Parts: sequence; C-alpha cells; structure tokens
Amino acid sequence: MANTTGNLVDQVRENRIWRSVFRSGTGESNLHRALFVQQNVFLHLFSIKARKRTLEFSATWYLGALTFGTFLILIITGVLLMLYYHPSVPQAYADMKDLQFVVSSGVFLRNLHRWSAHAMVFLVFAHMFKVFYRGAYRTPREFNWVIGVVLLLVTLLLSYTGYLLPWDQLAFWAVTVGSNIASAVPLMGSKIRFLLLGGTAVNANALLRFYVLHCVILPLAAILFIAVHFWRIRKDGGIYPGEPAGEGSVK
Amino acid sequence: MSDPKDFVAVLDSDARKTPRRVAFITRRTSPQVRVKDEDRVMTYPEVFFRIVVAIEVMAAALVVTSLLWDAPLEGLADPMHTPNPAKAPWYFLGLQELLHYFPPVVAGVLIPGLVVMALIIIPYFNINVEAEGLWLRDKAKRLRIFGAVVVIFCIFLAIFDVWVALVPTLIVAGFMLLAAQTNSETAHGFRRWLVSKPLSFWIMTWFLFELVVLTAIGTFFRGPGWSWVLPWRG
Repeated sequence: MANTTGNLVDQVRENRIWRSVFRSGTGESNLHRALFVQQNVFLHLFSIKARKRTLEFSATWYLGALTFGTFLILIITGVLLMLYYHPSVPQAYADMKDLQFVVSSGVFLRNLHRWSAHAMVFLVFAHMFKVFYRGAYRTPREFNWVIGVVLLLVTLLLSYTGYLLPWDQLAFWAVTVGSNIASAVPLMGSKIRFLLLGGTAVNANALLRFYVLHCVILPLAAILFIAVHFWRIRKDGGIYPGEPAGEGSVK
Repeated sequence: MSDPKDFVAVLDSDARKTPRRVAFITRRTSPQVRVKDEDRVMTYPEVFFRIVVAIEVMAAALVVTSLLWDAPLEGLADPMHTPNPAKAPWYFLGLQELLHYFPPVVAGVLIPGLVVMALIIIPYFNINVEAEGLWLRDKAKRLRIFGAVVVIFCIFLAIFDVWVALVPTLIVAGFMLLAAQTNSETAHGFRRWLVSKPLSFWIMTWFLFELVVLTAIGTFFRGPGWSWVLPWRG
C-alpha cells in the first residue's frame, strides 16, 4: 500500500506540469535535496546544509522557529478575522459579539489569534535572550542582531495596535495609557500623539489608523525583515554553532 | 651539539609551487576564524522536518489553550468611564510601573529609548565581544568603579522610592561581589561559572531580572490607584 502511494506521488512529481513548477524532480540523492532548497524562491533564503550541532535542542530551543510559527498562525487567523471585522465605531465591538454568538468557531478564532499574539511577544523576548547568552550576536552576526531588535519593535507594535481593535474597555484604556506616553516626548510629543491617533483622543480615527497599521503596514514590515533575518543566517555562516570544544582548537 | 633537524626549511618565491598561509588571529575577537570540520546535514529534509514538528507541537498547544480559555472581552469602550486601574498590555506593564515613580519623559521616553539603543549597540561594543570574566584582570580598579556605579545608582533609585527596582539591583550586585571574591583557580561548580562571566552577561542579566520583576509587579500586584494588592486576595 505504502509502495503504491509512493509510486503515485512519484508519478505526480515526474509529471510534466509538476516539473515545470518544481524542477528538482524525484530522487533520493543529496543533489535532489539540495535542488529542492536552492530552486525555490522562499526556501532559497536558507542554506542547503546545516551543521548538525546547531540542530540540537539545547543550541536554540527552537525559539526562532517557534516565533515564526506563531507569526504564521497569526497571519492565517488574522486574515479570517478580517472577514468579520469593520474598523468603525461602534461596529467593531458588535463584530466581537458576532464572533461570540453568530460566527461558527468565532470565539475559537479570536482566542487562537489572541493567545498566539501573546505567545509571539513572549517568544521574541525569549529568542533574544537565548541568542545573547549564547554569544551568537558576535561577528559576523552583528547586523542580524540589529534586524532582530527591529523585529522585536515591530512585534510589540503589531501586538499594541491589535490590542485596540476589539474596541472594548480593556482595549480603549490600554491604548489611552500607551498613547499618553507618546505625548511625553520633548517638544513634539503632542504632535506625535496626534499623528498616531489621528486626533487628540482615542476615537474612530485612531481605530482606523491602528487597523491599517495592524493589518497592512506592520505585517508587511515584519515579512520583509523576517526574510532578511533568515537570509542573513545563511550569509553569516548558518546558525551560531557555539564555541569550539577546548581552547586550543584555533585553526 | 644540537640534535639533527628532522625538517627542511625552504624559501621559495614561486607561490604556485610552495603555497603558504599566514593567519593573524587577534585575541578572542573573531569567532569565525576558529573553524573546524564538522558533521553537516541536508537542510531538506532534516532541518525543515524538525522545524515543522516543533511548530506543529506549539500550534497544538495553542489550539488546546484556545479551546480551554477565552480571550478577555469587556464592555463597549466608554471614554467617560475610566476603569481603575487602567492597565497597558502586559509587556508594557514594566514601563507603566516605572511611570508610577518617574516623570513621563524619563519612564516613557528616556528609559525605553536607552534600552533600545543599548540593545542595538551590543554587538558593536568590544566588552560584549571579548567574553572575558569581569574580575580576571584589574580587579581592584574594577571593584572601585563597580562600587561607585552601584552606590550612585542605588541612591538615585532610593530618591525616587523605586524599591522594586532597587532590590533586584542589589541582588545582582551581590552575585557580582560573590564572583569578585572567588578565586578562579580553585573554585568549583556555580562559583567557578560565576567568575567566568563577562560584564555584558551581568548587565543583560540585571536587565532581564528587572524586566521580569517590574512586569510581574505591574501585572499581578497593582490594583486601584496603582496601589499594592495581593493577587490571591482578588
């Protein structure tokens, strides 16, 4: 049975149309495995081979991969949530109630988006500290660390802008507290706050601005920087393998 | 008489016949020159498989969480009715806790700005790159600087009544002093590990400790009017 299935899969993969899309073809050789990565525009961000040592759980705790995993979940659930959401006052709150009582699995969808968002913020911090304590930020990986700091800020902004969207008391006052901090910036604080909120208080304009930031601008920025972040791992010589064993191993 | 030489020294100007390699290695600043041959695996399928499994396990955990616990949803936003306390999202509660002590321009702009700048310059700062134990050289001089910095900083925190940040500072400073009192030659276990830690480790650990303590206090121990509450007496 398994053999027939395998043959069927191979037949599909040998098909002319399939081959026109995926050029690596069937085969078990390392050449085919290398081509699988190298001939795909997205997978090409990664190197073809990796040091075995860097795959051990203790090396990374897979925190970077898990952070990316939460981001994928957030995109999928986020797009589905957008189908039921109007960024207007007070319709936004009514949409939350619709998710609760009308939409099939609406509560589950919102729960998964919210808990994944919290998980992503936590994992980004954990990833940063893990990278620091391993010393993986050192030459030649300095710039990738800086991109990581940018991604930390983008993640915090994504979470913060998303916080307002339910338009309930929790959202409204959390964002009011946060935006008041912006007005503490010397000289142009109130201008920054006005730019952020589209007004002098958190209102319908602020909701629309946060919605656009949350659903368009910040996700695009995140995707862009994540791509550079992954690509730089490859360009900087793979995941940091750690110190070589013993002091005398300088070559 | 010296021993007969078992090698021949050759000086040749033809680089194609006698290739030579000259390596200049600076003190522990270039990890990338310390390369050795080691086992490698194919990214596909080995790496991708592991990453997919890791993400799926986490996704399953998040799905179970989402089935068991509902995301909070309070009443419709009402600008006329301020909840007490009005709290920011949990990852900003450390900052909100600081906002309670310092003027907004310090807690809301200066401190986060300095933190972000400090994070960015970490890999460009030599102290972070040379991973040498803090107390292994110039111990007396470094102890004087350390003492002065800690005392000034603690007085600063005490003036603003920031005891919640002062206590973690003193704990980390205590461990640093313990490391300074440790002989790197004879110590074992935990103390040997402590004495090998560079300055960057101590600063980052202090930052992590403050971050966790301030966030936990802001999340669990603050009630109406930002007064102390105990979470188990809710």
